[in-house]
Order: sequence, then structure tokens, then C-alpha cells
Amino acid sequence: MTPLLQVKGIEKRYGTRIGCTGVGFDLYPGEVMGIVGESGSGKSTLLNCLAGHLEPDAGQVIFDTRANGPVDTLTMSEPERRMLGRTDWAFVHQHARDGLRMSVSAGGNIGERLMAVGDRHYGDIRDKAIDWLGRVEIDGTRVDDRPTAFSGGMQQRLQIARNLVTGPRLVFMDEPTGGLDVSVQARLLDLLRGLVREMGLSAIIVTHDLAVVRLLADRLMVMKDGHVVESGLTDQVLDDPQHAYTQLLVSSVLQV
Amino acid sequence: MAAMIELKDVSKSFTLHNQGSAVIPVMEGASLTVAPGECIALTGASGAGKSTLMRVIYGNYLAASGQVLVGGLDVAQAEPRQILALRRETLGYVSQFLRVVPRVPTLEVVADPLLAIGCERQVALEKAAALLARLNIPEHLWGLSPTTFSGGEQQRVNIARGFAHDYPAMLLDEPTASLDVQNRETVLSLIEEAKARGAAIVGIFHDVGARDRVCDREVNVSDFTPGVLV
Repeated sequence: MTPLLQVKGIEKRYGTRIGCTGVGFDLYPGEVMGIVGESGSGKSTLLNCLAGHLEPDAGQVIFDTRANGPVDTLTMSEPERRMLGRTDWAFVHQHARDGLRMSVSAGGNIGERLMAVGDRHYGDIRDKAIDWLGRVEIDGTRVDDRPTAFSGGMQQRLQIARNLVTGPRLVFMDEPTGGLDVSVQARLLDLLRGLVREMGLSAIIVTHDLAVVRLLADRLMVMKDGHVVESGLTDQVLDDPQHAYTQLLVSSVLQV
Repeated sequence: MAAMIELKDVSKSFTLHNQGSAVIPVMEGASLTVAPGECIALTGASGAGKSTLMRVIYGNYLAASGQVLVGGLDVAQAEPRQILALRRETLGYVSQFLRVVPRVPTLEVVADPLLAIGCERQVALEKAAALLARLNIPEHLWGLSPTTFSGGEQQRVNIARGFAHDYPAMLLDEPTASLDVQNRETVLSLIEEAKARGAAIVGIFHDVGARDRVCDREVNVSDFTPGVLV
């Protein structure tokens, strides 16, 4: 099997400071990988380098494209990369506001991504938008409301609908449940888990919440000071951590 | 017959980096084989390493050295995705505690292992329902999340889930603990049926009667305990 994504030697520096360095892994179709670490560990820098939002100083991000097989996305032309970002890739931001157009209706937010890949029939787009609102548990009657009229949890679910409507193969998520109530979090996680399985998605999830990765991620990468200090099967890394930092991280979780 | 589960000279130690880097060796020279259709019991005093050995076989704990072969895959060296595939298709594990996603109904929890291997939804739900009925979980509870169930009920949901798919290899951590006579009988029958269809089973049974009935051999894990530290 060809990996969906092959990451090799990614390094990003901010001046002389290290954002992240020497990061490499293969992600296979259907795999969900979690990246954990404290704030400042370089996990968001890494995610943004992978997703093409930041230009790394070194390394390769090779994606198995539908048309041309494995291609290094860092050497792609800008239009090609943007096309990838609208079709096979999706990015779920921590703050829904960063991933939504707040002045456009919920249906418009979903429809925009469909139009970007060539859908033109208004009725079809609206139907798909309403279908997706249902799938993320938002009432279809809210299709014409703006996201500003939605709660934080609903905005996050709308952002997920907008991202998944085009059937991407790889989803990047930056703290998708950050800042939400626990009850809303559980519902969102449940939803994500179902969608990941149903659509056979691969995903890379950055979070500092170990419970989130235990629930969603097949495998885990632990980062500290820009380096990957440990990686492996999620439950193995959490239940039998090998590195001093991972042990500290796991033992610091408060028991409820 | 070729062994389904085979451990060769496995050792395990824990290094506690944040507690003076203490190294605690817990297992040394662990070797055992389990053939298809065979059930072995792990014995030894509490703390001797029965559950640790089981977790090493499941890939939940990382073996320090040696080989842990399950269905031909060396769990000690395998990639995460290989271990996950092994757990989906080949190796089942009934732990002592039920761990589930909040809000997922019991019927779905039990059907989940079948859905994960691509079983048709209707078939998976029917099999789950049959198991829950057999384990005396009242039907009006099937639509609820098991997180609010009593300890015994959770244990039975856990067993139903563990036996939903016909795994060729199974790990059972005290499957009959905290069960009444009737449910204990059901679980022992499930184990016997699994053996009859050729499953290789490693179990921990504090219930001596249960152990004598379903297990073909005993392996005392105290034999794998490293020499006393000075």
C-alpha cells in the first residue's frame, strides 16, 4: 500500500529558534494520527507546514494525488496546491471563525466549497448543504442563518461540514474541540469518529487533550521543543510511555 | 499445529524517568505457545505480572526484548497500523473494564468490532442483540450508553463486545469476575464455543472452577519474574 502522505525531514525555523525539526512519518489511508505536546512544542507549526500554510525551511510533504500519484506538495505550483486544499485536503481550525465566512449563510459556507470544485446547480448545492447540516446535527431550517447566529459548538460543526462536503481524503485538525464545553466536545468527537470511519478519512489532529487522542487517533506523536520525542500506537504511548516527557505528560492528567 | 500465539524470551521493564529514573524489571525470559483451540491460564500471585504479560501480547505494553508472535506478526516490532489490523481481525481482548465513547448506545458498542471489519450493519446488530440477550442484558437498556450501567452489567457488555467477532486469538482478563452463576455459565459456554471453532485463548481466572473447566494448561508467570533486586 502507498502511504497517503509521506513526510520527510520537515524543519521550520523562526530566525535562530526552532519551530520544529527532523519530523518524518508515513500516514496511510484511513489512519488517524494525533500530535500532542504542550503549547510551544511546535505541533501547530508542524501542522501548518504540512497543510501548506507555512513554508518549511527543509523537508518534503509527499501526497499521493488522485491524478499523478505521489507528488511533493512543497514544490507544487500555488494554483495546484490551492486546488488540493479545496478538494482532497481539508483544514479544521481551532476557532471556527478562522475557517468560516461569518457574513455568509450556513448553506453558503458549505456551498462555497462545492462551487470551488465546479458544482453550479443551485438546487443541488442547497440540497447537499442541507444534507450536511443534518449530518453534523444542525437543523436544516438554519441553512439561511449566518454562523454569527450559531453557538460555538454549532459553528465548529458547521466548519466540519464545510470541510468534509467535498469528500476530502486528508483532514488536518488544529485543536478541533478546544474551547468547547465537555458535553459539546463529546458530541463533536462522536461525530468526528463516525465520519472518519464512514468516509475512510485520514486525519492529522493536533491537540493537547490526551482524552481526545485516545478516542480518535490510531497513532500518536509526542512533541517537545520542536522535536518528536516519541511515537507509536496511541494506547501504547499513553499506557506505557517510554520518554521522560511523555511520562510527565501522562502522569499530569487530572483524574476526574 | 502451528502456534497462534507464541512468546519467545520476552522481557519487560519500566523506566520511571520522573522518579529518579528507577528501572523496574518486571518480566524476563517469558516464553509460551498457544495452539488454535487451546486455552491456557496465566497464574501467579497478584502483582506477579499476569496482566502485564497480557498487555504485552496485545501490544499495549512495549516489550523490551524478545518476540511476541500473534498469527505470525511480531507485535514487539510491528507498525501501529499492523497492530491495529491484528486487533481488528485476529486478536480480541476482554479487559476488566469497559472503555467506551460517551453517548454511544450499548447495541452499537457491542456491534462495533463487527462494523470495524466491514460486516453488514444489519447482520452486526443482529449478532450484537443475540449476545446481549444471551448475557441477560434487558432489551430496554440496549439503546442506552453502558456508562451508567452497574458493574456487572458493564462487565457483560464488555464480554458481549469481546465475543462479537470470531477472533482466532483471544485474551481474557478475569472474564467471570463479578458474575452470578447463570451468567458465569454463559461466559464459560462462550469460551468453550470459541475453543471449539479453533480460537487460541490466554486467560486470567481467579475462579478456580472456571479455570479447571475451560483451560487446558496453566502457565505460572512467577517463573518469568526477574531475580530479586538488591
